[in-house]
Amino acid sequence: MSAGDRFEPVIGLEVHAELLTASKIFCGCSASFGAPPNQHTCPVCLGMPGVLPVLNRRVVEFAIRAGLAIRCAIAPRSRWARKNYFYPDLAKGYQISQYELPICVGGHLDIVVDGVAKRVRLTRIHMEEDTGKNIHDAHGSESLVDFNRCGVPLLEIVSEPDLASPAEAGAYLRTLRTLVRYLEICDGNMEEGSFRCDANVSVRARGTTALGVKVEVKNMNSFRAVEKAIAYEIARHARVLEEGGTIVQETRLWDADREETRPMRSKESAHDYRYFPDPDLPPLVVSEALVAEVRRAMPELPDARRTRFVAALKLPEYDAEVLTSRRDLADYFEAVVAAHPNAKAVSNWVMGDVLRLLKERKLDDALTITDWPVAAAHLGELIALIDEGAISGKIAKTVFEEMGTSGGTPRAIVAARGLTQVSDEGPIVAAIDQVLAAHPDKVAEFRAGKDKLLGFFVGQVMKATAGKANPPLVNRLLTEKLRGE
Amino acid sequence: MTAAFDQPTITDAARRLRAGELSATELTRAALARAAARAADLHAFITVAEEAALRDAAASDARLRAGKPAGALEGIPIAIKDVIATAGIRTTAGSRILADFVPPYDATVTARLRAAGAVIVGKTNCDEFAMGSSNENSAFGPARNPWDVTRVPGGSSGGSAVAVAASLALGSLGTDTGGSIRLPASYCGVVGMKPTYGRVSRYGVIAYASSLDQVGPFARDVTDCALLLGVLAGHDARDSTSVERAVPDYGDALAGGAKGLRIAIPGEYFVEGMEPDVERAVQSAVETLGGLGAQIGSVSLPHTEYAVSAYYVVATAEASSNLARYDGVRYGSRVDGDGTLLEMYRRTRAAGFGDEVKRRIMLGTYALSAGYYDAYYLKAQRVRTLILNDFARVFQDADVIVTPTAPTTAFRLGEKVADPLQMYLSDIFTISVNLAGLPAISLPCGIDAAGLPIGLQIIGPPFGEELVLRAARAYEAATDWHTRRPPAPGGSR
Amino acid sequence: MKISRDEIRHVALLARLALDPAEEEAMTATLDAILTYMEKLGALDTSAVEPTAHMLELPAAWREDRVTNVSDTDALLANAPARDGDFFRVPKIIE
Ligand SMILES: [Mg+2]
Ligand SMILES: [Zn+2]
Repeated sequence: MSAGDRFEPVIGLEVHAELLTASKIFCGCSASFGAPPNQHTCPVCLGMPGVLPVLNRRVVEFAIRAGLAIRCAIAPRSRWARKNYFYPDLAKGYQISQYELPICVGGHLDIVVDGVAKRVRLTRIHMEEDTGKNIHDAHGSESLVDFNRCGVPLLEIVSEPDLASPAEAGAYLRTLRTLVRYLEICDGNMEEGSFRCDANVSVRARGTTALGVKVEVKNMNSFRAVEKAIAYEIARHARVLEEGGTIVQETRLWDADREETRPMRSKESAHDYRYFPDPDLPPLVVSEALVAEVRRAMPELPDARRTRFVAALKLPEYDAEVLTSRRDLADYFEAVVAAHPNAKAVSNWVMGDVLRLLKERKLDDALTITDWPVAAAHLGELIALIDEGAISGKIAKTVFEEMGTSGGTPRAIVAARGLTQVSDEGPIVAAIDQVLAAHPDKVAEFRAGKDKLLGFFVGQVMKATAGKANPPLVNRLLTEKLRGE
Repeated sequence: MTAAFDQPTITDAARRLRAGELSATELTRAALARAAARAADLHAFITVAEEAALRDAAASDARLRAGKPAGALEGIPIAIKDVIATAGIRTTAGSRILADFVPPYDATVTARLRAAGAVIVGKTNCDEFAMGSSNENSAFGPARNPWDVTRVPGGSSGGSAVAVAASLALGSLGTDTGGSIRLPASYCGVVGMKPTYGRVSRYGVIAYASSLDQVGPFARDVTDCALLLGVLAGHDARDSTSVERAVPDYGDALAGGAKGLRIAIPGEYFVEGMEPDVERAVQSAVETLGGLGAQIGSVSLPHTEYAVSAYYVVATAEASSNLARYDGVRYGSRVDGDGTLLEMYRRTRAAGFGDEVKRRIMLGTYALSAGYYDAYYLKAQRVRTLILNDFARVFQDADVIVTPTAPTTAFRLGEKVADPLQMYLSDIFTISVNLAGLPAISLPCGIDAAGLPIGLQIIGPPFGEELVLRAARAYEAATDWHTRRPPAPGGSR
Repeated sequence: MKISRDEIRHVALLARLALDPAEEEAMTATLDAILTYMEKLGALDTSAVEPTAHMLELPAAWREDRVTNVSDTDALLANAPARDGDFFRVPKIIE
């Protein structure tokens, strides 16, 4: 029995999601990315003497939106707390957060790993402010601080320790990211740090229930990194315990280059955050009316959308699953269907060529489908051309590629390049006669019963017509000729 | 210069300014001259904003000449406690760590004064971060009591009380977290008022203890006090703890008289160790009010004896967090130490803060720390509830509560510095009011055998400022203590 | 003793205050006296009493999600003890 078999991992995740508000949580500074250093700052987010926080209403709405989607209880009364610690990117010497009374409690998220569904319980969701950024390498002996991100609203989403493998952790994170994107509350960008994950990892002997000593792992900036870091920690815990050692409760950082975790060097003298209610902010009262208002404005969630795609659009489960895995993809799909209501054909194109194109162009994370290289209406038109018999599926692929580069409409491309399908019998019959004449041996074989050769003849006829012949027509005429008369 | 010109009340001066008998520039120059003359012995100001004040005064004069005064305080020289932010004017909080700090913003109360036409003459001395009862904790040296310069003016808003008592300004702003307006008002023989928590914006007021801090006015009499409060009070969208509630005309409240007022006298406020002259003066004031037609009744506020303990837990806990921002990173002084971040923090704060501030940060950090939170912080919050309940019960049958402001008159400089606990007990009669968030005023009600003023405290129910002012004005109108002035410069007793 | 010298050192570290030995000693004595005075709080039975953290029951005080600040980085950095361009500069941070 290997160490891995003897120990079972227990994993809980804490996700920090930066919210897509226009302004910061407690001041009127912009919350957008990419400004020059300290441009998006003011006396409030710089923690200057005497200034006070005033809550951004949208942050509360977003928290409720997340809470409703995750089926949390929304607290009618929650409280702001101060988390006290010193760090240069923390302007006030405390972070305004929530502690004993968070806005959302409980709830769950359903994930699927290797085709098996699992329900992951959530502990809580609370609101808090982000910190600024320390820049370490500019000067040998000093660091620089930029407070543009200080005060950007965050949701901290905390799971119960219900995850039992790196793969489950990955699936949970992906599901959660899909959800926050669906809700349009967070762009879910792990690389840029707007969707961050800390993992609490411990192991225990299989079959036991007491929790082992847990280690907090930070600094992972991709799904892969989260899975690798957790796998690394599980193996490390098992090895240490195997060797009769003990695990120290600590915070470790994932080193992506060396693919290992290491203890944080800064020994924050025995963490003691001294949480207490923030006297500058009254308790947050969330009325039933506000919850109802947020509920009314909720976008359709992935589960409901998947079910609708199957029931109303008659899509296979698999298609519905793939299309709803991303809100932008599902939105795009629906926009194409709106232009041309052949759901299965649209699904094939979206899951195939559209996804491939996005991947090639590295547009996976583009937020708005209006920026996609092929407009949804154009794709609808392309599929309509196929269904009308104006072009073949094969020609359509060529047209699609050109649409992706030139942005032109399919009709314009087809017209300009003379790609319109030939549906007149005359030229097709001529091509068939030509092909049959060139392959008398194969004609004989076919007539002797080798039906499979039909495909060969179709291919030859298509080639002879530069792909423009209407395939069903080719099929029918060929069959008639070969069987025939 | 006539006496009335030299030391007018705001109400007098405003009338003369509008009548053209007096200019804002003359009034401001006179205030600045007195401030300069008394700088050495009273040390009421940390920063005198002479240039800005004269510029503002000239602008006031222009508006007055045009017949378009900006507001109730047009042309009136006002001094502001140095914990209140003034854009472009150094704001130190009485601390070394902010010795060179010039805020790029005004506190809301500063902006309200400016909008009412006030001329800001300077920033007054105070205990560092408003922590103290004697003004001896100022990093810039103590202010002194104009009635006897060997004595403290009271704290923490000492300089603001001194400025009004010695007519270095016609009115001033202070902050009151545990008595920091009322105690110096009492020691300096002026009127000082702490409004209901939430009545006046705290935006731009350097925080000591956020759930207790409140800005309020100092004035020569109750009428001026009401006028200033009217300018300061009102909702501010930048302070989430400020109340959206209409501001009454406090001037209207003054004429009500004492007749029919139900006045409660709590037994717990007449304690052993109290100065007999203080007790006599307060008893006599109560008789005066009774004589004016008020109904006097004895009541009990049984949790009074726990107030000082609860206060010093709650206030220091909040302070330990509020003062974490002074870390040498974004503003304020900094000491680098050995090049590590930790040493920069430790040395910056060790060098920047004075002893009392360090003491309170330590006490508050301890009260919030793991293992002690429940026993200290949470316990104190529960006791706070009991104190609130005591007051609520009394106010079911009373309009105001009358007590002495302090057990003694002004003590000598240095007398209590060695014993912080004794110092803390100076606030024994004022602290409960902050814990309960109530409005209260201190006004002169006597002179003791040493020739020092005695203060009378009148406490109202939440948002009962009008009742407090009405009772205070009724008493003031029947007595002449508010007309007594400190001796001429150089005098001591 | 309500508080020990070691606890004083720990609290001073949490509060980022450098205290020399004499200050530590004085701080221990003063805080001990204050905490001893505060012992009277322990005598009160508050088990059935809710804590008061906020003075008033206030309606939701919030702002709409609008960018209202005009950035004025120069004015905001004017008080910085050490800066590098538009950054604040601090001793090297070690993680
Ligand atoms: Mg957090
Ligand atoms: Zn800001």
